[in-house]
Amino acid sequence: MPLLTVKNLRTQFSTERGTVRAVDGVSFTLEEGEVMGLVGESGSGKSITALSIMRLIKEPPGKIMADELTFDGVDLLSLSPAQLRDYRTRHIAMIFQDPMRSLNPVLTIGRQITETLRRHLRLSGGDARRRAIELLELVGIPRAEKRLDEYPHQFSGGMRQRVMIAIALSCNPRLLIADEATTALDVTIQAQIIDLVRRLRADLGTAVIWISHDLGLVAGLCDRVSVMYAGRIVESGPVRDVFYRPAHGYTLGLMNCTPRVDDIGHRLKPIDGMPPNLAEPMPLCPFLPRCEKAVEACSVKRPLLETVANGHMAACHADLSDHWRKDKVA
Amino acid sequence: MSDALLLSAEGLTVSFPGRARLFAKRDVVRAVDGVDLKIKRGQTLGLVGESGCGKSTTGYALLRLNKASGRVMFDGVDLMTLPADGLRQMRRRIQIIFQDAAASLDPRMTIGDLISEALDLHKLHTGERRAPRVRELLELVGMPQRFAERYPHELSGGQAQRIAICRALAVEPELIICDEAVSALDVSIQAQILNLLQDLQQRLGLSFLFISHDLSVVRHVSHDVAVMYLGKVVEQAPANLLFENPQHPYTRALLSAVPVPDPDLEKSRERVVLTGDLPNPADPPSGCRFRTRCPVAQAKCAETLPVLHEVEPQHSAACLFV
Repeated sequence: MPLLTVKNLRTQFSTERGTVRAVDGVSFTLEEGEVMGLVGESGSGKSITALSIMRLIKEPPGKIMADELTFDGVDLLSLSPAQLRDYRTRHIAMIFQDPMRSLNPVLTIGRQITETLRRHLRLSGGDARRRAIELLELVGIPRAEKRLDEYPHQFSGGMRQRVMIAIALSCNPRLLIADEATTALDVTIQAQIIDLVRRLRADLGTAVIWISHDLGLVAGLCDRVSVMYAGRIVESGPVRDVFYRPAHGYTLGLMNCTPRVDDIGHRLKPIDGMPPNLAEPMPLCPFLPRCEKAVEACSVKRPLLETVANGHMAACHADLSDHWRKDKVA
Repeated sequence: MSDALLLSAEGLTVSFPGRARLFAKRDVVRAVDGVDLKIKRGQTLGLVGESGCGKSTTGYALLRLNKASGRVMFDGVDLMTLPADGLRQMRRRIQIIFQDAAASLDPRMTIGDLISEALDLHKLHTGERRAPRVRELLELVGMPQRFAERYPHELSGGQAQRIAICRALAVEPELIICDEAVSALDVSIQAQILNLLQDLQQRLGLSFLFISHDLSVVRHVSHDVAVMYLGKVVEQAPANLLFENPQHPYTRALLSAVPVPDPDLEKSRERVVLTGDLPNPADPPSGCRFRTRCPVAQAKCAETLPVLHEVEPQHSAACLFV
């Protein structure tokens, strides 16, 4: 049984301009200890997918529907608010882009970590403090015992994100969802955090959903990747398959417009136009108006997510095999 | 003369008052500390570094938007000693665009008026020559004419950045300072703006100072690159040399930390992971400022301040070991 099963997840918001289908039929499964990347541009629905799994969408105006949304066999959509609170720390934890907004500025770091431990694991004050020191050491914060008594403003951005990871890991969750967790950090600090996530995964076997707009990060960190566009997963598969044998026009477009630090000279190929308005119905492929690879079938019917190769799926009518890296064998 | 210098800065220094202390002199934060830069006509100088390294402050100093000392020669004139009048004239020739383009556009004015305003400031294309000029400018940045009637809130991020570029171009500058100008945009839109900037450079012979934390983007657009760390330039070279053969340990660490969208390459790459955070700029380390995080630092790095010196033709670095 997979750790997480998401089947036909639809998250909608009713607004003045009509119903916005922010997530429009997303399905995937995540195995124990697996690291999955979720990539896409702003508004593609990657954060809303994560927030829906955490049941952190305010209802109304939001509405979460799914054929199945289960974590380790438990139906997340039927949990009571109290059960949900417990789930969110003990089983699934989430970290965000801006750690300052997640930390309480008037409480010490120690208080914020031990609070979780005492409440959810019912540890005593002394035990909680000892465990908090362990956690800070685990995420690589030097002089942990002393820093426990400091306040968030005394920590740098990278250190704050480490604290958030420590809090997220405090109850040994089996799934960690990171939403653009290193986007606001400098690259050298980002590299430290990525190193940390790799180590945690190896040592603790935590499954991770890594949400990012940065294809490079996902290429290095994840086993699998799902590419989202306009609220749908348009392609998913093992990272090597998706990066070397992209099977959706949007994935190919993303690769071609991303500047690379190891490459100079050739002109970027931008994707023309803008993403669609999610309040309007999309009977065809949502990427069609911007797609360079569109074929006749694209203006007839919407492509469904179909298997291209073992574990590799894409919702695209076009044949992109001319663009595959021939030197890379799957 | 493609290699003619348009701007050269020497010993550029910007200090801010730091924390006041009891019974002692107030701290001074040297955000930019003796920076030399050269921008060639029709070319792009990339200025990279992490937050707090002083790259934006350097950009503002060139325009005298902050209190700076040193010499900034622009087309033979020292901007630092220019009286207010002359400075305004020179500022027509140097424009700046920012990361948050929408915030630099007055929400109550139409796009057409916003472009007109830029022309008004320098009394350019007045009277009946105005409307055709506005149309021409919109076309130059790839915006449909109908946008002249619209307001900033109707623009997407990429469109707002096009309008900011359009306003900068209105006064026919020779140098545009781009301060993280594409950092907030999604990659597909970012590529559109980067291509636009490169096209404009080709067509109009513009020079750019491209300030960014994103090394992939800087490599893509720059002819020359300068790397800053805690207020100092630590390495400077033509883009090819710098990215193919980085010399300073900081540049090496920085480059190895940038992820590449290639799974096999990512797994096999050698990585220099730096420990620790940026030191407090009000109290920088003695000697080499990078030594507290440097993987190859030795005792003498604390005593001797390394200066930029040539390590191969056109390529200089400030490290005692290169």
